[in-house]
Amino acid sequence: MQWEIVIGLEVHTQLSTQSKIFSGAATAYGAPPNTQACVIDLALPGVLPVLNQGAVERAIKFGLSVGAKINSPSIFARKNYFYPDLPKGYQISQYESPVVQGGSITIQVDGTEKTVRLTRAHLEEDAGKSLHEDFHGMSGIDLNRAGTPLLEIVSEPDMRSSAEAVAYAKTLHGLVRWIGICDGNMQEGSFRCDANVSVRPLGTDKLGTRCEIKNLNSFRFLEKAIDYEARRQIEILEDGGTIRQETRLYDANKDETRTMRSKEDANDYRYFPDPDLLPLEISARWIDQIRSALPELPQARCNRYITGFALPAYDASVLTASRETADYFEAMAQELPEHAKLCANWIMGDVNGQLNKDGIDIGDCPVSPAQLAALLKRINDGTISGKAAKTVFDSMWQGELDRNADAIIEAKGLKQISDDSAIEKIVDQVLAANAQQVADYRSGKEKAFNSLIGQIMKATQGKANPAQVNAILKKKLDQ
Amino acid sequence: MFNTSLKQLSTQLAEKKISSIELTTEFLKRIKQSNPEYNAFVTVNEDISLAQAKAADQMIAAGNAQPLTGIPIAQKDIFCAKGWLTTCGSKMLANFVSPYDAGVIERFNQAGAVNIGKTNMDEFAMGSSNETSYYGIVKNPWDTAAVPGGSSGGAACAVAARLAPAATGTDTGGSIRQPAALCGISGIKPTYGLVSRYGMIAFASSLDQGGPMAKSAEDLALLLNVMVGFDPRDSTSLQREAEDYARDLEKPLAGLRIGLPKEYFAEGMSSDVARAIEAALNEYRKLGAQTVDVSLPNASLSIPVYYVLAPAEASSNLSRFDGVRYGHRAASYTDLADMYRKSRAQGFGAEVKRRILIGTYVLSHGYYDAYYLKAQKLRRLIAQDFAQAYEQCDVIMGPTTPTVAFNLGEKSGDPIQMYLSDIYTSAANLTGMPAMSIPIGFGDKNRPIGLHIIGNYFKEAQMLNVAHQYQQVTDWHLRSPV
Repeated sequence: MQWEIVIGLEVHTQLSTQSKIFSGAATAYGAPPNTQACVIDLALPGVLPVLNQGAVERAIKFGLSVGAKINSPSIFARKNYFYPDLPKGYQISQYESPVVQGGSITIQVDGTEKTVRLTRAHLEEDAGKSLHEDFHGMSGIDLNRAGTPLLEIVSEPDMRSSAEAVAYAKTLHGLVRWIGICDGNMQEGSFRCDANVSVRPLGTDKLGTRCEIKNLNSFRFLEKAIDYEARRQIEILEDGGTIRQETRLYDANKDETRTMRSKEDANDYRYFPDPDLLPLEISARWIDQIRSALPELPQARCNRYITGFALPAYDASVLTASRETADYFEAMAQELPEHAKLCANWIMGDVNGQLNKDGIDIGDCPVSPAQLAALLKRINDGTISGKAAKTVFDSMWQGELDRNADAIIEAKGLKQISDDSAIEKIVDQVLAANAQQVADYRSGKEKAFNSLIGQIMKATQGKANPAQVNAILKKKLDQ
Repeated sequence: MFNTSLKQLSTQLAEKKISSIELTTEFLKRIKQSNPEYNAFVTVNEDISLAQAKAADQMIAAGNAQPLTGIPIAQKDIFCAKGWLTTCGSKMLANFVSPYDAGVIERFNQAGAVNIGKTNMDEFAMGSSNETSYYGIVKNPWDTAAVPGGSSGGAACAVAARLAPAATGTDTGGSIRQPAALCGISGIKPTYGLVSRYGMIAFASSLDQGGPMAKSAEDLALLLNVMVGFDPRDSTSLQREAEDYARDLEKPLAGLRIGLPKEYFAEGMSSDVARAIEAALNEYRKLGAQTVDVSLPNASLSIPVYYVLAPAEASSNLSRFDGVRYGHRAASYTDLADMYRKSRAQGFGAEVKRRILIGTYVLSHGYYDAYYLKAQKLRRLIAQDFAQAYEQCDVIMGPTTPTVAFNLGEKSGDPIQMYLSDIYTSAANLTGMPAMSIPIGFGDKNRPIGLHIIGNYFKEAQMLNVAHQYQQVTDWHLRSPV
């Protein structure tokens, strides 16, 4: 039987506010345990939550970016359960009336566009961290993370493969960073995915029983966990079994998922509106203010690159994967409006290669867009060859000569020989010294031509303009 | 000195006829003498109180005195006060010394008032007799066989027995007004949102409201002037222009329309209470007020609605008491679940457990709509009743409690009977309206009786005027058991 995999994702994005969602404590990552937990985060008797408007603003920003409805009033609810790193014994979250309702995200998979619908996105607070190592027979509790603002973004079950799920997660990751609401740091847990996976016979409509895989903190794990889980479910069904609805964990070391808790063990969270927080009224004026301050969104830029700069769709989507990359490209394209494709090639090729090698982001790229554009101009005007340009680029990367392309070309003597008479002179010399190959060529052996080119380039230490060399050689041989 | 009004104490302090140190020392002495019998205070800390008194005297000497500077105030043990044991009447918090001040405590500190001690209360404010306190029962100073009422029983006792010039209380279903009535003092629960709930240990967040308890309406006005104010740390705190709650005290009552809900004068009220209420209403008629009959058709729903909503919120509010970070933790346990179970089983008393169970039940999957949601809808109906009644009258009056103080132990085995003590008071919490109780005489066994005055939102100044004018022509509020 043919099976169809059905996937929905719940993504927890940590919002980039300075302070927590309901207290004034800092959200910075990596501080010594419990140094960023105030009386409110510790849930001392009598303390009360006060909503951080910055978190709401970021949620609205997200909603507007995905074409969602912004609910007003939006309601905060208590999700009740006991756990040592949940200080109040309940998490303040949203149940009915989340800030963001609906919306959609467009993804690209294998050159095809697809729309994934969003169910909702709601604000909530993160829990603390339980540390089970380092304490003999005890657990440590670090509440630095408790109260960190999260936007949980829930998709409809619209994805049909792990590739689509990864494309969705990457697009979402790019978007939240693009609009500046989340730093996207997956190692530090700023962007965490839960995947709901089910399978059904291809061509049927009814959803199969789903399993939720928790806390996938890399795109690779997301992909592998979904693939494993889908295989597991298909095997069970093909053996005549049934799927049990449950929450599962992905073990990256063994590349498998395993049961965390079954539906029967699930908590009754007893959601009810938090009486400490009034219903959140979001005015149309506030929404308009946020809308007018929104940056041009990745999808819009992508389309503009295709139509305005005549870039292939693939290039446009790679360049708009992050705002920093897109900004870098645009700064270059401004200098070289007629050569956008050349700019794109360099960013996607040499620049990205070096960034990956050095493990840095394009925002910290040592070579500025203007510096790189200055180099590419020298390719375009024939001053240097494309090959020499790579040498210049390496020098610029190392910081030589203030990353001035012209100075480096000069210092390294990389200027092309573009003077026809100079090239002709060298061609004549090479032809005179290689009578046999000239004869070979003229008798129809095409390969001899390349050999002659090689001789000429060698004689000029690679500096002769290849196009001119080509033309002159051809002319001379055909005389 | 201990029968003196706050206004007079304030004048005497300002004129340096007494010092705050003298005043504080006097009340500390009275507490030392009488507290072993009444058990009104859980914690007394002479060092802190006297240090505050000294600071107050310096404020006065420097000419920086405010009306309450130097005056000792008893603080209900539900308010977190920095450096003070803050137990909320529970074993759960027997070891909890607060590292921070509640909004109310801060305001008293800024006013230069002296914290004279933390008063006993029903555990987590759950009770109407002060019998659920882990720190022992409080006695009614008028009759030590009687309960003082609750949950602010220690506060009411302290003021009635003149162990403090005034006290703070909190009121979730009647916890200021019912003990005030039973102990023959005055107390007011302001409009929800006027007094900060920050640092006031939550019982039922949408109903809890702090307020003052004192000998007279005039004293209450001075106390409200300090207690009321916007607190950005409490999202339900209201941002309003400051008002002087004493401004209308002397207004004549001619033309005042007093609404008498027929539902509050039906069966259930004992005859001694009925007689006292009628006498009080006659005084008001003499003062020029007129009484009008009004109706609150949903009045009988207040208790059932209250006992769904309050436990629901409480069950969640009390989840933080888990033995993990502070408070009671069982001495031995096998695993995490066992630690929770034992710590909470040992740390909470029976009434608190009962309400956590009720609250957990009504919020459970499959029951939420039938209980919690339904109760929220009825809550709106109850508020509509009052809105309609206020079209015909300025204030609503009735008894604060159906009977005078009952005997210690009389109702502690019967929660339903105990819950019915709040039959007249809980509606003001459900609607958020201000309500107060003032003493109007004595009934069975010579125990005090309270008149319940309910006002429309933000009508505290008018209600205090109504109460004060009555107290100008009667002396019930001046009677003391000591």
